[in-house]
Amino acid sequence: MRAAYDIIIIGGGVTGAAIARELSRYKLKIALLEKEAELAFGVSKSNSGIIHPGTQNPPNSLKGRLCVQGNKLTKQIAKELGVDFKEVGELIVIFNQADLTRLLEIKKEAEELGVGGLRIVDRLWLRKHEPNLNPEVYAALYAPTAGIISPYRWVYDLAENAARNGVEIFLEHKVIDIRQSGSLRLNAAASRFEVLCSQGNREVNSQVSLGAKYIINAAGLYADEISGMVGINDFTIKPRKGEEFILDKKREYLSNHIIFPLPSPISKGILVIKTSDGNPMIGPTAQEIEDKEDLSTSDEGLKKVLEGAKRMIPSIDENDIISYFAGLRPTAGKDFIIRHEDKAPGFINVAGIQSPGLTSAPAIALMVTNLLKNNGLKPRKKWFFQKYRQRTIHLFDIPFNKTKELMKEDPSYGEIVCRCEMVSAKEVRDAIKRGARTLDGIKFRTRAQAGRCHGGFCTTRIMKIMAEELNIPLTEITKRGEGSEIVKENRDSRTA
Amino acid sequence: MAAAVAAQKAGVKDILLLERDQYLGGILNQCIHTGFGLHHFKKDLTGPEYADRFIKQIEAIRDIEVSLKSFVVRLTKDKILTYLKPGKLEEIKAKALIMATGCRERTREMTHISGTRPAGIYPAGLAQKMINIEGLLPGKEVVIIGSGDIGLIMARRFTLEGAKVKAVIEIQEKTRGLIRNVVQCLEDFSIPLYFRHRIAKIYGKDRVEKVLVENTVNGETFELPCDTVLISVGLIPENELIEMACVEIDKKTNAPVSKEVNKCSIEGIFVCGNSYKVYDLVDNVTRDSVKAGQMAAEYLKGLK
Ligand SMILES: Cc1cc2nc3c(=O)[nH]c(=O)nc-3n(C[C@H](O)[C@H](O)[C@H](O)COP(=O)(O)OP(=O)(O)OC[C@H]3O[C@@H](n4cnc5c(N)ncnc54)[C@H](O)[C@@H]3O)c2cc1C
Ligand SMILES: Cc1cc2nc3c(=O)[nH]c(=O)nc-3n(C[C@H](O)[C@H](O)[C@H](O)COP(=O)(O)OP(=O)(O)OC[C@H]3O[C@@H](n4cnc5c(N)ncnc54)[C@H](O)[C@@H]3O)c2cc1C
Repeated sequence: MRAAYDIIIIGGGVTGAAIARELSRYKLKIALLEKEAELAFGVSKSNSGIIHPGTQNPPNSLKGRLCVQGNKLTKQIAKELGVDFKEVGELIVIFNQADLTRLLEIKKEAEELGVGGLRIVDRLWLRKHEPNLNPEVYAALYAPTAGIISPYRWVYDLAENAARNGVEIFLEHKVIDIRQSGSLRLNAAASRFEVLCSQGNREVNSQVSLGAKYIINAAGLYADEISGMVGINDFTIKPRKGEEFILDKKREYLSNHIIFPLPSPISKGILVIKTSDGNPMIGPTAQEIEDKEDLSTSDEGLKKVLEGAKRMIPSIDENDIISYFAGLRPTAGKDFIIRHEDKAPGFINVAGIQSPGLTSAPAIALMVTNLLKNNGLKPRKKWFFQKYRQRTIHLFDIPFNKTKELMKEDPSYGEIVCRCEMVSAKEVRDAIKRGARTLDGIKFRTRAQAGRCHGGFCTTRIMKIMAEELNIPLTEITKRGEGSEIVKENRDSRTA
Repeated sequence: MAAAVAAQKAGVKDILLLERDQYLGGILNQCIHTGFGLHHFKKDLTGPEYADRFIKQIEAIRDIEVSLKSFVVRLTKDKILTYLKPGKLEEIKAKALIMATGCRERTREMTHISGTRPAGIYPAGLAQKMINIEGLLPGKEVVIIGSGDIGLIMARRFTLEGAKVKAVIEIQEKTRGLIRNVVQCLEDFSIPLYFRHRIAKIYGKDRVEKVLVENTVNGETFELPCDTVLISVGLIPENELIEMACVEIDKKTNAPVSKEVNKCSIEGIFVCGNSYKVYDLVDNVTRDSVKAGQMAAEYLKGLK
């Protein structure tokens, strides 16, 4: 056994990262295990990025309660960590008077959950505040506390702060088995669990085992498999696919709010979304599928999304689409499953974290902390918890005179690498220092390659910086980890 | 470069040439095949050779100041431009401005090709840069989408580099490229070219594994295993800067709305080369860019 921990968190998505950050307040030895090359490469990278206000959830559901609390906590923690959280507000629109009853019901349900500031707005208000909206919209429910955040930067910054406070993060550590020591009595020194991981590098596939007193299972789409490893098999995770389409930043002010239709029983419908990077987005679809790795988009998905979005904003144009992706919601029935497993003492499931999981994450973290406390853990707060984090610098969101100043410190702020999003060599190097190891990791952190030319211009430039900073050959640089190498051969080194 | 030289010859004394790359020449630097200069120099040159002839001229002219690694990030309608270079952020005002910012490639995303998004899907120009400039081979079993000149030339390049080009897929009924390129780049190497076909789906988790090809006439499909998909589906003039300055832009082509070659809706801003419209031949880019230099010189005389 390599080392023993008080707590092992399995899964480095937003759930795992938020839990890690919350628990890092305490004097505990904590490890976070993630099978991918970087954090946030699971569900947390492909979603709508909305911090929901707490509307559209059943009144007595767990996710309903956690969503409302999560919205408030996200706002506060984002400030502490220097992450952009924009409270843009949302509108749920209806097209005829008959739907007003349902809209009022949604309002009442949300108010019972504690959502504040809700009101019905009429055509006149909409014309003034949302000029591109279909004039046939009859009225809308306005929820001012809805916000947007960059989901991956959120995960990276939560995790960075957790690491700063002592959490150990292990990437390319895939949990393949968990063994329980027979004794159920918690002895201060002994681990109750032995967590077996296969480690990184496919060729030199090695295994390690780590000991833990408590395990928190936040493995997203694979939470059922992890739970099965301790003999808890009473739920399965079914993926529900959502395809999303991103529009050119030139259309940033297509809408001023996030726009929803009336929700259906399984989804919130096709939305017009604002993203924290400025690009509008339309989607997502909702389709039950079998394969947990199927992230493909489809012609039908595009058609459905365009239809849905154009119904609300008719001027949306297919030619404005610059990118698209699919994400899989990890569903286990209708609600989240967050509980201590009495049959496997010390094991906490955090499963079925479908939407609004991004919003709920900090509230889930508090709930998990309480579950730990109620099940034998007596954590003591650290004397000093570093709750702040210095804001990451992005040239695209600071004024030119600030850029000028920065350049005096480091001239490479003036070396532009990505032409579409204006990202400098310095920002790319910083991203690598903060943990980026792949081209996608650089993209998520800096936006380089995320603009309209899709890396046509900057890919080779970024690869060279990575090779230099990480001291690896160009042939080892990947898009998102082992197996996704960008190039097959380096001619220069072959002839050399 | 052609516009700068022509403007100087027409009497302009104070010319600044801004280039974001570390060398002059633009896209020509990665076009190591021949076929450049047949009209202008009456010689069959490679791209870098063609560029080099202009670089030598520029170097010999004192009135032209070259600033490399200089990235223009903002332009106003009063011709004030802001550029970044290592260690510097400059704001300058031009009396006349010639925009020769070239073009970018249309992407997979703009053509809405369904499927997954693994490594191995590249714009053809990026693959060209990787091979010709960086010495990197992006893939070994290649399917190319689009039969324009860049797609055709890359089919030959990959073959010469020892990769297998499985097919070129073209949705139209004929090629947009030069006939000489179809013969010299595909037929000479027995690379199949499918007209009226499209890629219906890309498969693969980490790296491209195969594509689904669909006959657009009868809907029949077949699969082609491959590790790389090159996207060569056209070019778009790069005009975000003049758009920022509120120059009127044609939304379909991304070129400036224009009544006369090199002109746009703002007096004193001239647009030439691939940013004015996408050209097939560099000789024609040179011809019209010379005109742009002269037009700018005329305009400046008119100001006095
Ligand atoms: C299309 C779409 C749109 C959405 N929009 C929103 C929204 O706007 N607002 C909102 O609040 N929510 C939204 N959601 C929901 C939200 O994205 C998820 O609830 C949230 O990201 C789940 O995070 P997670 O950390 O639980 O899962 P994940 O991010 O998947 O994290 C789990 C991690 O565990 C790792 N893992 C799995 N197995 C193992 C193993 N054996 N060993 C080690 N590591 C392992 C995975 O690689 C993964 O990184 C959306 C979801 C989708 C699909
Ligand atoms: C793959 C390919 C094959 C070709 N083959 C042939 C052939 O065989 N024969 C032939 O005759 N023609 C061929 N052509 C066509 C011809 O080479 C090009 O049309 C021509 O070179 C374009 O020149 P340009 O100056 O307009 O654009 P570019 O060469 O693209 O120059 C634009 C320059 O502007 C710079 N720039 C852009 N934005 C900024 C900014 N914001 N700040 C600072 N600098 C900026 C760029 O870095 C670049 O150097 C080919 C073209 C391609 C792409």
